[in-house]
Amino acid sequence: MRAGLSAGEPRRIAILLAALLAALLAAPWVVNDYLLTVLILILYFAYTGQAWNVMMGFAGQLSLGHAIYVGLAGYVAAMLFTRLGVGPWLGLLAAIPIAAACGAIIGFLAFRFGVAGVYFAILTIAFAEFARIGFDNWGFVNASSGLFLSVKQYGHNDLWQLRGDPTMFYYVILAASALLFALCHLLMRSRVGYFWLAIREDEEAARAVGIDTFRYKMYAVMVSAAVTSFAGVFYAFFYNNLFPEQVFSISRSIEIILGPIIGGVGTLFGPILGAFVLTGLAEALSSSMSAFGLELPGATQVFYGVCLLFVVVALPDGVWPPLARRLGVTKRQR
Amino acid sequence: MTALLSLDAVSKRFRGLLAVDHVSFAVPEGTIFAVIGPNGAGKTTLFNMIAGAMTPDEGSITFAGKPIDGLPADAVCRRGIARTFQLVRPFPALSAEDNVTIGALLNRHDVGAAQQRAQELLRRLDLFDKRHRRASALTLPDRKRLEVARALATEPRLLLLDEVMAGLRPTETDRMVAILRALNRDSGLTILLIEHVMRAVMALASRVLVLNHGTAIAEGAPEEVVRDPAVVQSYLGAEAE
Repeated sequence: MRAGLSAGEPRRIAILLAALLAALLAAPWVVNDYLLTVLILILYFAYTGQAWNVMMGFAGQLSLGHAIYVGLAGYVAAMLFTRLGVGPWLGLLAAIPIAAACGAIIGFLAFRFGVAGVYFAILTIAFAEFARIGFDNWGFVNASSGLFLSVKQYGHNDLWQLRGDPTMFYYVILAASALLFALCHLLMRSRVGYFWLAIREDEEAARAVGIDTFRYKMYAVMVSAAVTSFAGVFYAFFYNNLFPEQVFSISRSIEIILGPIIGGVGTLFGPILGAFVLTGLAEALSSSMSAFGLELPGATQVFYGVCLLFVVVALPDGVWPPLARRLGVTKRQR
Repeated sequence: MTALLSLDAVSKRFRGLLAVDHVSFAVPEGTIFAVIGPNGAGKTTLFNMIAGAMTPDEGSITFAGKPIDGLPADAVCRRGIARTFQLVRPFPALSAEDNVTIGALLNRHDVGAAQQRAQELLRRLDLFDKRHRRASALTLPDRKRLEVARALATEPRLLLLDEVMAGLRPTETDRMVAILRALNRDSGLTILLIEHVMRAVMALASRVLVLNHGTAIAEGAPEEVVRDPAVVQSYLGAEAE
């Protein structure tokens, strides 16, 4: 099931969360550089999956074009940094309203003109593709040659400029994921969260209890886009390069949604668990394959496909809901 | 008594078919009013126009002194009209309590207060012990009462019930009748019901409107209406003969 609001058993949840957070905080002392990079990737997908989940898991609006918010925000921050020397945090302040406005435009067009369900999903793909082609031909942002952020050897970590070693990036994405988790937890228990669930479950019935569904769907898209924008800024400053073909690609959008689908759409732990399962196993697979001297391009994608098939067939609600029951952290229903 | 809801010559046409033809009636505040009629008489169309799911082609609908025809469903609800659906539509994956809490949040901003109100209503509708169950796991009679609870949670002045007795066993019907009567008596809630189950109509309604082929053919107290020859012929026909 897609979990409702009754998260239940708060003490066990708190213990579980504390243990997870402690393990993640201690991780850089234990793991090697390679594993740290994998953990950064996992947390990146946990973050973007959680952000996407606000729209799909809470409000039931399927976006297959979330790469547009990542890409836009990345470009805004990278342009400000390379051209004007504006740091990433101020860049984020500029990127948030731009991403939210982009979400608002897509949402307005869809919800005002009754574009819903799969048609809405197609519209989100279309906008991401517009952005990809547009940026690919836009000289101002270096078109298809991409943007590069200067990489100098820094003697120390500069958190303000987001220049430093992977450990710093790891803690940044960990803090962001934790904050987003807390925000989603609050949203889920708020009036808006309840209204989103009502819309997800049955839009006409939601209207019948007085919910202005247009307004609340707009909130969902805008909040989701706004929080996703941080991932774009992080991406730009971590990888130090941006290419339209890469950041706006539909495969980026799909990668964002695989984690929450495998972990459990509409749950708070689903996107985190999904990111660990998917990215963790995919990395394990590719590193063990290269250890045996096997180079199979596309093996990761095949692996994603197999995971998705398995979850859809065997655990249609994702991995988290049955696991949560096993751990005794959900209120018994039925 | 002043009318809380009044319809003036309301019509709705689907292509060639005149589903509702210049229907007028008034529901006084604090009463229970029933609309009956055979299948296809236009009852649900009439209901949907009042609830804002459809816009009348002609005529006007006035609620608490203000026109409401043409308003969207959510705006109608915020004016104080709550509805149930003929084919029940609770929020399936949510618990019974969450279903009702959502209704209660319309006029409350505090989730805790809304949950408290939801629990009161669930107790009133005999659903308190099942409040943590998913709506989809409830039986049909329970889901019907859940819809009533969710509608009541929006604090309506007028409750619209679309065949809320259909599919209920006689004992369940009697229980629903008792609950609705108590609500009407205790809080002065005005109720407009569309109903097939005559047992419930006779027990509840103080006034009945009979629709046939989109037109109102009779209106009056239930005992009078069931003796009306036109009503007997068109609606109660087979059983009465």
